[in-house]
Amino acid sequence: MSEIVLNVAGASKRFGGVQALSDVGITIRSGEVVGLIGPNGAGKTTFFNVITGLYTPDAGTFELGGRPYKPSAVHEVAKAGIARTFQNIRLFPEMTALENVMVGRHVRTGSGLFGAVFRTRHFRDEERVITERSRELLEYVGIARYADFKARTLSYGDQRRLEIARALATEPKLIALDEPAAGMNATEKVVLRELIDRIRKDGRTILLIEHDVKLVMGLCDRVTVLDYGKPIAEGSPYDVQRNEKVIEAYLGAGHKAH
Amino acid sequence: MAMTTATAALPTAADDDARRRRHRVNFILLGIGLVVLPFIAQYFGNAWVRILDIALLYVLLALGLNVVVGYAGLLDLGYVAFYAVGAYMFGLLGSSQLTDTFESIKNAFPNGLHTPWWVVIPLGALLAGLAGVLLGAPTLKLRGDYLAIVTLGFGEIVRVFMNNLDAPVNITNGPKGITGIDDMNIFGLNLGQTHSLLGLDIPKVTNYYYLFLVLALFSVLICWRLETSRIGRAWMAIREDEVAAKAMGINTRNLKLLAFGMGATFGGVSGVLFSTFQNFISPESFALQESVMVVAMVVLGGIGHIPGVIVGALLLAALPEVLRWVSGELDLQSISGGRLDAAILRQLLIALAMIAIMLARPRGLWPSPEHGKAAPTPTT
Repeated sequence: MSEIVLNVAGASKRFGGVQALSDVGITIRSGEVVGLIGPNGAGKTTFFNVITGLYTPDAGTFELGGRPYKPSAVHEVAKAGIARTFQNIRLFPEMTALENVMVGRHVRTGSGLFGAVFRTRHFRDEERVITERSRELLEYVGIARYADFKARTLSYGDQRRLEIARALATEPKLIALDEPAAGMNATEKVVLRELIDRIRKDGRTILLIEHDVKLVMGLCDRVTVLDYGKPIAEGSPYDVQRNEKVIEAYLGAGHKAH
Repeated sequence: MAMTTATAALPTAADDDARRRRHRVNFILLGIGLVVLPFIAQYFGNAWVRILDIALLYVLLALGLNVVVGYAGLLDLGYVAFYAVGAYMFGLLGSSQLTDTFESIKNAFPNGLHTPWWVVIPLGALLAGLAGVLLGAPTLKLRGDYLAIVTLGFGEIVRVFMNNLDAPVNITNGPKGITGIDDMNIFGLNLGQTHSLLGLDIPKVTNYYYLFLVLALFSVLICWRLETSRIGRAWMAIREDEVAAKAMGINTRNLKLLAFGMGATFGGVSGVLFSTFQNFISPESFALQESVMVVAMVVLGGIGHIPGVIVGALLLAALPEVLRWVSGELDLQSISGGRLDAAILRQLLIALAMIAIMLARPRGLWPSPEHGKAAPTPTT
């Protein structure tokens, strides 16, 4: 088996009286696409926010690439190697598409104030590499021709792709996509699926939250199902689809698998 | 319109060359214009050169505030505090204020403290930068309106301090202010005196015009280099979406502090220049009104866009003076039978002008260029 990229065990999070997550674990191996599904309010996004440091967990152990990390500061998590996209796209709307991706390079580069003001050789070299790499990434997700357009002027589907390019720019060990297909029409979904497929084939490891069952079943190697903040099933998409608990969670008791 | 494709708009190499040449010509013309300008203004009276000087000071201030408000998106209503820090620093180091108060300093410097420019300008920047970080540190968690209120308070605190630090030990001379502040002496050239070159008289105001111009151009360069750097992009990312910026691995705490500190340095330098130019400072010069004015310059000109900010600063600095002249020429006071006081009318007209500009151009007079208006409709 290939090496474990992300290993989370016993993650719990409580908001006042609501136990949003209780004892959720997940193991993702290098090169895998793992899906996280569940009905609305099951805690998928909460789990996402916990592993990326946006929410501080009440309990749990977290390991990234074999090393424990503390998901307490968002920027530290990004530095450690998890890049994410957001359910409701969060780009830098007044910056160009290219600049958006260049911001993604921030965490892997190091020029400071001095370099910026005095335009040192190191600064210029680094800046050139940042620009080149960012253009490549725009090309990669297929929106290179919009490089100089402000992010907010891009279409919904292109904004989503830009968000993925920006996440890839941080050279993540794990790329976490929060409902990337939300609000997309059928054609856009096809394009997105191709993109995720390509990212996977290039050896990236992906954690995917998605409502679109077809997309999840087609893309994921393994699926974890959450309901009321608890994991209720885990396995291949085929098995999970036929799991009684999963069917109950989605459709209510009394339905049978076909 | 939607059919205009991005490829069709791409400039060819020849176009690029021609544009670069045109730019160069424009730059040279602008340069000559800026050098000659004070002599034209001088012809109409030194008061007009003085207006130019003050306008350039405001350009410096607005450029600095633009780093904080425009790039990092942190609304700072107490910016004038840094101006005050720089001004008072030179006020103390370049006048007899300290030697008059402290016997020990007088003994150490029997000829008085006349700190040279190459110490004072960097020191002013440094001190103001530190004050900026000090202000930034406790306000890191605050955003928008809340940040504005706290910074506003900070600005007032500094002013009140300057106003009251004349007892028990007289440091700032309180509301009476500090007088007799040195003129700058750069490489043996005393900027306070009238010099003569090729039969042309170069008075004090013109000397300072060139000093301010050099520093303003230098500031433009620094701002532009910051804007197009890794740091600048990170600032803008924080402005656009702080959560997303964090998720991209940006340490928002450090970068916000850096923005506060960096913006404040410009304020500190302008403060030094202000005090040497006026030879006199008092807390009155650093009232809330000034902070509001600088914010207005940045917003009115085009937030986050250097040329816009410069235009905003020049316009709002010059407008009152022009209106002063207009209302004087028309003699509105006697036309209205004494009901309209010229000074009040001036403020009214400035307010009207600002409202008109914001209605007509909500993103500022010269906002950053809008890309993608003719975005090709995506096909795939």
